[in-house]
Amino acid sequence: MADARQSPLQKVLGRSTRTLRVRASVIIMAVVVLAVVLVPPLAQLDQQAVDLAQKLRPPSWAHPFGTDDVGRDLLLRCVYGLRVSLMVGAVAALAATLIGTAVGAAAGAFGGWTDRVVMRLVDTCSSVPHLLLGIFVVAMFRPGVWPVVASVALTHWLSTARIVRSEILSLRSRPFIDAAISGGASRWRVTVRHLLPGVVPQAGLAAVLMVPHAMWHESALSFLGLGLPAHQASLGNLVQSARGSLLAGDWWPTLFPGLLLILPTLAIAGLVGAWRERLSPRRRSELML
Amino acid sequence: MDAEEVSRRLPWGAMGRMTGRRILSAVPVLLAVTFGVFAVAAASPFDPVKAYAGTAGLTASQADLDQLRANLGVDQPLVRRWWDWLSSALTGDLGDSSVLRQPVADVIAERIGWSALLATAAFAIAVLLGTALGVLAARRRGGWLDRCVSSAAYTLEAAPAFWLGLLAIWFFALELGALPAGGLTDTASDTVTPGQVISHLVLPAGVLGLSQLPWFFLYVRQGVGDALDEDPVRGARARGLAERTVLTGHALRSGMLPMLTLIGSRVPELITGALLVETVFSWPGIAAATVQAATSVDFPLLAALTVLATAAVLLGNLLSDLLYGLADPRVGFDG
Repeated sequence: MADARQSPLQKVLGRSTRTLRVRASVIIMAVVVLAVVLVPPLAQLDQQAVDLAQKLRPPSWAHPFGTDDVGRDLLLRCVYGLRVSLMVGAVAALAATLIGTAVGAAAGAFGGWTDRVVMRLVDTCSSVPHLLLGIFVVAMFRPGVWPVVASVALTHWLSTARIVRSEILSLRSRPFIDAAISGGASRWRVTVRHLLPGVVPQAGLAAVLMVPHAMWHESALSFLGLGLPAHQASLGNLVQSARGSLLAGDWWPTLFPGLLLILPTLAIAGLVGAWRERLSPRRRSELML
Repeated sequence: MDAEEVSRRLPWGAMGRMTGRRILSAVPVLLAVTFGVFAVAAASPFDPVKAYAGTAGLTASQADLDQLRANLGVDQPLVRRWWDWLSSALTGDLGDSSVLRQPVADVIAERIGWSALLATAAFAIAVLLGTALGVLAARRRGGWLDRCVSSAAYTLEAAPAFWLGLLAIWFFALELGALPAGGLTDTASDTVTPGQVISHLVLPAGVLGLSQLPWFFLYVRQGVGDALDEDPVRGARARGLAERTVLTGHALRSGMLPMLTLIGSRVPELITGALLVETVFSWPGIAAATVQAATSVDFPLLAALTVLATAAVLLGNLLSDLLYGLADPRVGFDG
């Protein structure tokens, strides 16, 4: 997109929408993180407080997101749900990144038949659709939080492994690696001290981008009734339990949890896109998802 | 160039060799996936005897349970069970589904047609709408239409398909009352008529198509936009051709053809979407059966469907590589 050509929207706003998008992403993420971190310990409110006289009230000033079928405040429920979703997503993304980095680094650093066998395994795993494999793992080990985390981690490490392996292969041909090897460094030392630090930026970006994916995966599992137990309601659980109210014509218990799933996804994608542009300004990336 | 000539010009030999190689390499992949499925099940705390017996297992005597355990061969070693399953699967016997109370092969045969219908309709929607919007957006990149549709596409990409499906049910089935909320036929009718199927297909196919749409749209936008900056288009403009001809005849053709061939590689995303959409709309397809099998830990059905999905993904990849090689002869059929 050429910056010289300014659309009317940009002229009105006085700066490029790119900057606006980054700012919006920062604000959304800040609000989300603050709400998720601060509301549960600080607010003296019970998300489980049932008030049958107030059940299924549409959004109002007292209840901005409305109330659910037993009169619980949906805004509070959504904040708690987002907290669960974000935490499960972050832990699962971290686990997937660790697995992916370890496997990718092993394949890249050892090379030869280890590389071939490992990458064949990665190809095999990636020919099973993610959600299906995830459903299978969860079905066999449920219920609980850890099966869900395992399901996400076991299905999402593949792309990280590929990224890390190709980064390591390109690093291996650099002169400083040759220098380290001719200086007598062991394979372990070369891998840990010279190769792995080089892949941290790429692996870190992949990990951040994986958080929304992991949240999506978790919410899909929870929606299908295979995810988190009902007392640890995530956004997916909220949508699932709102199905009954939806069929009675009440849209708000379904709408808001879904919106809260979309907003952080877009914000994280916007931030990662901006970060990528900073790293390589020549390749002006589109908003990556 | 008539059809016969086209068929004579196709590189049948190279395509056949590629297909053969892919089938050969698919065999170890599928074997590994079946073994993986059995290994995961063996590592899990789940007891197939209890799953098979269901509620009857609570009152059954220990002797009956032991008999059942022996019949199911649960105590055999993992490799032995896997081999037994594999050898009977090759003869067409995939075992019995405990949740649907019918042979797994029958479940697949009954349901796969409905899933194929849904997938085809969804792809048709995604491709047609994605192409139209993509060309319009690429024509004026950075214009208001491009901005609106691109933002909508990114938002749609982030939106979970089940949530879109529920909102669609709320709006079209409950608020407007225009379309049925789910199932294949009206509840009162016991025969399947084409008219009913079509009216029940609109919402699930629309939502599944919408969830695939962002990818198609962004690809066409990128492809056509890049093609518009290239020499053939500049040449066409210099020759004074109408903008319409330039757009559809030159830019769309070179930008779109590679994209269309990639449809085959979208099978995993399609399966993921179908798992959610079929469940939301109670569509009697194979993906909904997978979810049912998972919720009630119906191992024979789940194992067969996982392998089937893997085979579908491999087939989609092959198809897309073949078409890509045809669309762009520089790529060839070496993979």
